[in-house]
Amino acid sequence: MAARRRLPFWAEYLLLPLLNLSLAFLVSGLVVLLLGENPIEAVRLLVYGAFGFGEAVGYTLFYATNFIFTGLAVAVAFHAGLFNIGGEGQAALGGLGVALAALWFGHLHPLLAIPIAMLGAALFGGIWGFIPGWLQARRGSHTVITTIMLNFVAASIMTYLLVNVIIKPGQSAPETVTFAENVWLPQLHQLLQPLGFAIGRSPLNLAFPIALLCALLVWIYVWKLRLGYELRVVGRSEAAALYAGISPAAHIMLVMTISGALAGLMALNEVLGAQHRLVLGFTGGYGFVGIAVALMGRNHPIGVVLAALLFGALYQGGAELAFDMPRINRDMIVVIQGLVILFAGALEHMFRPTLEALFVRTRPVPV
Amino acid sequence: MSDLFLQILLLSDSTLRLATPLVLAALAGLFSERSGVVNIALEGKMLGGAFAAAAAAQMTGSALAGLFAAIGFAVFLALVHGFASITNRGDQVVSGMALNIMVAGLGPTLADAWFGQAGRIPVEAEGARFRPITLPFAEEIREVPVIGPIYAELVSGHNILVYLAFLAVPLVAWVLYRSRFGLRLRAVGESPEAVDTAGISVAGMRYRALVVAGVLTGIAGAYLAIAQNASFLRDMTAGKGYLALAALIFGKWRPVPALLACLLFAFADAVQARLQGVEVPLVGTIPTEAIQAIPYLLTILLLAGFVGRAVAPKAIGQPYVKER
Repeated sequence: MAARRRLPFWAEYLLLPLLNLSLAFLVSGLVVLLLGENPIEAVRLLVYGAFGFGEAVGYTLFYATNFIFTGLAVAVAFHAGLFNIGGEGQAALGGLGVALAALWFGHLHPLLAIPIAMLGAALFGGIWGFIPGWLQARRGSHTVITTIMLNFVAASIMTYLLVNVIIKPGQSAPETVTFAENVWLPQLHQLLQPLGFAIGRSPLNLAFPIALLCALLVWIYVWKLRLGYELRVVGRSEAAALYAGISPAAHIMLVMTISGALAGLMALNEVLGAQHRLVLGFTGGYGFVGIAVALMGRNHPIGVVLAALLFGALYQGGAELAFDMPRINRDMIVVIQGLVILFAGALEHMFRPTLEALFVRTRPVPV
Repeated sequence: MSDLFLQILLLSDSTLRLATPLVLAALAGLFSERSGVVNIALEGKMLGGAFAAAAAAQMTGSALAGLFAAIGFAVFLALVHGFASITNRGDQVVSGMALNIMVAGLGPTLADAWFGQAGRIPVEAEGARFRPITLPFAEEIREVPVIGPIYAELVSGHNILVYLAFLAVPLVAWVLYRSRFGLRLRAVGESPEAVDTAGISVAGMRYRALVVAGVLTGIAGAYLAIAQNASFLRDMTAGKGYLALAALIFGKWRPVPALLACLLFAFADAVQARLQGVEVPLVGTIPTEAIQAIPYLLTILLLAGFVGRAVAPKAIGQPYVKER
């Protein structure tokens, strides 16, 4: 597909995604109509709910942080031609890593405790990514299926541990005790207050800048390092990689580990930044939405961050919308996410022929 | 009658009930994947079917109307899947995932707006459900040793969709291996170029396969909502679509082995439900989560070639582009 780039850069990376996105929103509007509400009013409420006031922006960025991590996880694996659907399980295991680190080392000084917890998230998520990577590289098992299966295995492990082992004694809800305060990630409204910035209270925390840093690191890895160049060669053609003396197996295992670690780091935001304890099911589908984020963002870190902001806004705005419009509930946001994946991801080629025809009308190209 | 015998009968009975949606969905996946279209959307299509079945059955009071609504909606989803992945050559996995996510949201959203019960659709109307069918002579021969109870408990007393699912297996096997459609279907998943050269439309074949898959997932969804249960619930498929996919792979994309895999997975589920908190001699209590994870672990091991080898249809996952 790369050979037939007949669209100018701006049309490829701006016009086409916008067209697809508009269509997704148009269909979403039809669903809102079907529900018996006014779509225009819904959009107004949604935008206000996402950006209209300080707390809203904080929440939007908080949700966006989750999506940056899981979106990067999917995007980085895509560059090796791999599809990691296992973000959900990797994030769950990342949460386990964070929780164990926080329970064992939470009493240490924050400068020690927090990095250890981060390491725990990356390590556990990384292992859960390495397994399908190894299976793909050494045994030829397709990552799409193995990562789906591992999501369920992860869910079983998490349920078992949270119900039977690391549950807070004397209660029935499957969650751990609240961690020592040393290991809490500082929330940004607390950090910024001494500097004279008064932003609204929200769970937005240090994980947000960490997520942006991860986006930068992914960019450096994929586009600035020899390692990343080789990774992209593997993604384009394993045969070419072998011919050039690059080991596809090594790169596949490495990138899946990195991908899993990124998904695992999502737990920083939810577990260490907001809930301060491990709750069963904290991943809440963010791992799956990472697929949409990566697709929207064309697997580029900048695109992923922008798409994550969009989805963060949808999440936060959608919550407010569900509050204001009685006939719309939070599940509507899931519908919109699905439609965005459908139109921006699966149907990305729908407008391409028409657009290409428009752009090359003066100079007909044999099809 | 000995207690153990009765236990085994009841266990087998619930295995059949739990296996039914898996069998239907696995057969759906078989059509689609044998034609070269990866179908991770089984989950979403089944959930969509369950939603449509419950909504239609509750509104009309007719189980049959529910069944047809489920089939209709699942086929519609299958056509969307086909439009994205066949006509527009989009990624099959991405479009499948999109459908799964969209339906997961759409069901509760519409249910909430239409029925106002927090995303649930109760099916209460008389005649809105498929009832158990007592086969002829079930009561008469119940007293006959061994065969009587097996016939009365295990074979008789299921709803029509259970029988449909198990009858579908030999039918699908016949279609796949003995009919012209089946031959073309297998060919289009292995070597679409050859099928194209023979003057048969690759896209047409794949669309047909997806429509058949839509019908089967629709029935599976209807089974969940208006036969096995009496309501549509948020996320009520709970991963059964993925489990069916695992069973299909476990059965190496063949009907009868896939059926056996479904029965195995359903049996594990039935055992798991019975072992909850029970002390097993020598072992102690077995965590139910461990049993729940077994199907997925087995599938991974199989895919990795540690226990046998599962080889997918060759052209699976690739949109077909006619060479010019």
